[in-house]
Amino acid sequence: MSEMSAARKTILHELHVELGAKMVPFAGYDMPVQYPDGILKEHLHTRAAAGLFDVSHMGQVVISGDDPAAAIEKLIPGDIQALAPGEMRYSFLTNNEGGILDDLIVTRREDDLFVVVNAACKEQDIALLEKGLAGKAEVRELTDRALVALQGPKAAAVLTRYADEVAAMPFMTFREVTLDGIPCFVTRSGYTGEDGYEISIPNDHAVSFCRKLLAEDEVAPIGLGARDSLRLEAGLCLYGHDLDEQTTPVSAGLLWAISKRRRDEGGFPGADIIQAEITNKPEMKRVGILPEGRAPAREHTEITDEAGNVIGEVTSGGFSPCLEAPIAMGYVPLAFSAVGTKINLLVRGKARPATVAKMPFVEQRYYRG
Amino acid sequence: MSYWFTEDHEWVLLEDDVATIGISDYAQGQLGDVVYVEVPEVGADIVKGDELAVVESVKAASEVYSPVSGEVIEVNEDLEGSPTMVNEAPLEGGWFAKVKVTDSTEIEGLMDEVAYKIYVEGLDG
Repeated sequence: MSEMSAARKTILHELHVELGAKMVPFAGYDMPVQYPDGILKEHLHTRAAAGLFDVSHMGQVVISGDDPAAAIEKLIPGDIQALAPGEMRYSFLTNNEGGILDDLIVTRREDDLFVVVNAACKEQDIALLEKGLAGKAEVRELTDRALVALQGPKAAAVLTRYADEVAAMPFMTFREVTLDGIPCFVTRSGYTGEDGYEISIPNDHAVSFCRKLLAEDEVAPIGLGARDSLRLEAGLCLYGHDLDEQTTPVSAGLLWAISKRRRDEGGFPGADIIQAEITNKPEMKRVGILPEGRAPAREHTEITDEAGNVIGEVTSGGFSPCLEAPIAMGYVPLAFSAVGTKINLLVRGKARPATVAKMPFVEQRYYRG
Repeated sequence: MSYWFTEDHEWVLLEDDVATIGISDYAQGQLGDVVYVEVPEVGADIVKGDELAVVESVKAASEVYSPVSGEVIEVNEDLEGSPTMVNEAPLEGGWFAKVKVTDSTEIEGLMDEVAYKIYVEGLDG
């Protein structure tokens, strides 16, 4: 119980408890895993209408200086200099071996960068950014702001009631928007595969604004349980599971996040290894997996070839509420990575047939403008 | 005839020497929406404390341990098509298996419904 009492709380903690959430420890925070509706209903509600997620445990960081976009490129392979103000990009901090230290989102603003990092990695990330940017840029964590995500096909209709201008924002863009009289940072982004927004809001106004959003007919509170099943259906990686220091962007299938210029020029940690892997192909590749039958294959389930040799491991696995079937992702040798390849999953000692499948498992519905 | 409960939230209903086994309403509430149940094979010999079944929710897999020893004589085939029966009727349609018990005194250490209710209230405190 001491671990529970030591857990940090987001500004929305009391609201979660009031809404009947089941709270669990996550990345050092006491977070809602589900509300009384349960994960299945919350998941389907997000795909059908709009879900509100508290992601205030994530780190919100501002990087300022003479040329923060050029400076941060020494630490990440993302093409941040190519971004116009108001554009954002998915990237990752890499180590000297080309492994992934964390994945993050970088927004270029007029005068600085706004970066969102994973909760579990934020202290380490901030220390790394401070060290790597010393003398070139200042790193400041915004601890006075909550972060919530409004996701789903009705998210735009709901948020437009507070500010017309959010309707036309394309996917992966940022705007400072006054919502209900409150100065907010709004991005058209998320972690569900749906259209939607992430909203950074001053702590003082977070509870009252979330209450207003929750009072909208289309909006329901969604916990971390459905956040995980939604992102898995969308084929999105979870750091610490599908990505870690041993996985490179090449093996993780994230090369789309490294532009041609950055691939050619390098200049980020592990660039030589990543460049060599692009040329020579990686040993292992992240793939989607559709198990036959109904038994989910969880993280760390061993993957074998049809002869029974262990060839890899599931890194995320669960049940897809939309497909009403189990889904998973994991790493297999390149020779087994083609869609349609037959593999087996060792679930509780029994080999169960499965097929390498295309991701996302459920179509992404981003608003491209 | 009455239900007996374990501290791990399994229940047993003993009729003569046949024990029907499932999980409690509290347990199904904790697990959330059940999406798959792996039941044992008919004919399997089970020792008290062995894994009897695995219940999978959207989020996680949970083992169900047998409160009694004996031979599995029947399993709930309906769970294959309707695993949510465990949520909807945990003490009835959501049963997992019937075990022909070798030692019916094994249930003597279990809690009756009143004792189990008090036990569960203590957990939520």
